[in-house]
Amino acid sequence: MTEFYGYERPDGSVGVRNHLLVLTPMDCSIEPARKIAAQVEGAVAVTQHHGCRNDPMIANTLIGTGKNPNVAGILLVGLGCESLTCEIVAEGIKPTGKPMETLVIQEEGGTIKTTEKGVRILQKMAQEVAELKREPFPLSELILAVECGGSDATSGLAANPAVGVAADMIIDEGGTVMFGETQEMTGTQHILARRAVNDDVAKDIIAMIERQEARMRAMGIDSRYMSKGNQDGGLTTLEEKSLGAIRKGGTRPIQGVLRNDREALDEPGRSGLWLQDGTGWDVPSVTHMVAAGAQVVVFTSGRGSTTGHAIAPVLKVTGNPATYRNLVDNIDVNAGTILDGGESLNSVGGRIFSSVVDVASGRLTKAETLGFHEFIVFRTDRAAETLLGHC
Amino acid sequence: MTIYEIGMAKAIQIDDQDNVATVTSKVSKGAQVEVLSPEGSILMRPDALGDVPFGHKIALKPLARGDEVMKYGEVIGVASAGIEVGEWLHTHNVESIRVPTSKLQEAEA
Repeated sequence: MTEFYGYERPDGSVGVRNHLLVLTPMDCSIEPARKIAAQVEGAVAVTQHHGCRNDPMIANTLIGTGKNPNVAGILLVGLGCESLTCEIVAEGIKPTGKPMETLVIQEEGGTIKTTEKGVRILQKMAQEVAELKREPFPLSELILAVECGGSDATSGLAANPAVGVAADMIIDEGGTVMFGETQEMTGTQHILARRAVNDDVAKDIIAMIERQEARMRAMGIDSRYMSKGNQDGGLTTLEEKSLGAIRKGGTRPIQGVLRNDREALDEPGRSGLWLQDGTGWDVPSVTHMVAAGAQVVVFTSGRGSTTGHAIAPVLKVTGNPATYRNLVDNIDVNAGTILDGGESLNSVGGRIFSSVVDVASGRLTKAETLGFHEFIVFRTDRAAETLLGHC
Repeated sequence: MTIYEIGMAKAIQIDDQDNVATVTSKVSKGAQVEVLSPEGSILMRPDALGDVPFGHKIALKPLARGDEVMKYGEVIGVASAGIEVGEWLHTHNVESIRVPTSKLQEAEA
């Protein structure tokens, strides 16, 4: 059995990083939060830009990010007049038992005082979490999120099938894999439903994809439409296009649909393959999968995406050999050897699996070495959801 | 890792149930195409019956009109014409089950 070296948290979950998270419930307090994080080793500040209303989808995403085991300690920084308060977020994170403190700017007497206090709090946390030791854990403690962005003709041919091989290997060792981007699944609901572990899950999959098709219809987009560029690239039907995208999740049975809306942000309840009902926009999609518990992300990109994440390592894979050469400073794994290097799909999949285990055990991804900490919270349009009868 | 003959046209069968393979470079009419499994073993060496653009598909089995076209181990469409081994498959001879590709082309126009 394969093991990875992680940090055990007070609630028994296992982190692959030891980040200190400076979490602001809305953007009014992000600047002092960034100044605090900038001063302390291992700290990162995040926020969201949808206003301060207590929207449960936003609250759940921030709470989920704080709960993620890659976070060792949390400092909440609020302004004081927001509806989505630090208290609400703290209440959600509290069951993890991780060290957590709160500062509210209007109560502390301004940003300078808040910043000074915040740096002192984080300094102490940083010293303490640095003493935590990595220990070996089985892959049953690992949740991998798979994502794609900037696809090209090599994505469905090399990168996604190779990542799918790695996903199957992780699941076969008791691990968990999730992928989202519901709009990428349109046209394949009948196929995904057949892969469901039971009839209820099959119904959930079909309902999830049909909701997305209804949203797209309401925006005047025919979800069955495929661009000329897709066709020129060799995609003959919508089924083929979507299958190429979902292949990055591998071929194992689907355990369930993870809600990612105002009702709930579900975490996978057991090992295996899960679908998150989520946006097709890549950075928020990663943000919401990490908020649902993923500790490591594998991100395929034919054209070459460079993004990371605030608290999770993002391992970049390209199936395009030219993109790998062009963006070698940003791409971790070259799956393009399937096309020009005589390497088999399974061999590349094995390399991706090993890279995931190495990264989970502490090896930095290229996005991490460059200090890329993307984080974007997504919110569905409440008015549109109500009109569509989805609320 | 397997080292293949340099310069040989190649195509990958992604799932063993597939009756198509995707070419890993532009293939010219008449070229012999080495079809590889996910493990890297050579499955067959059909001749390309016409030019095939990079990333497009060739047939590994003869297909009659209405036969299912399999890729990724799933049905990606049905043959809308008879297709021979080594023939290029695309919108001219394969249709989606959910929405006919010809209708998508009309939408494009």
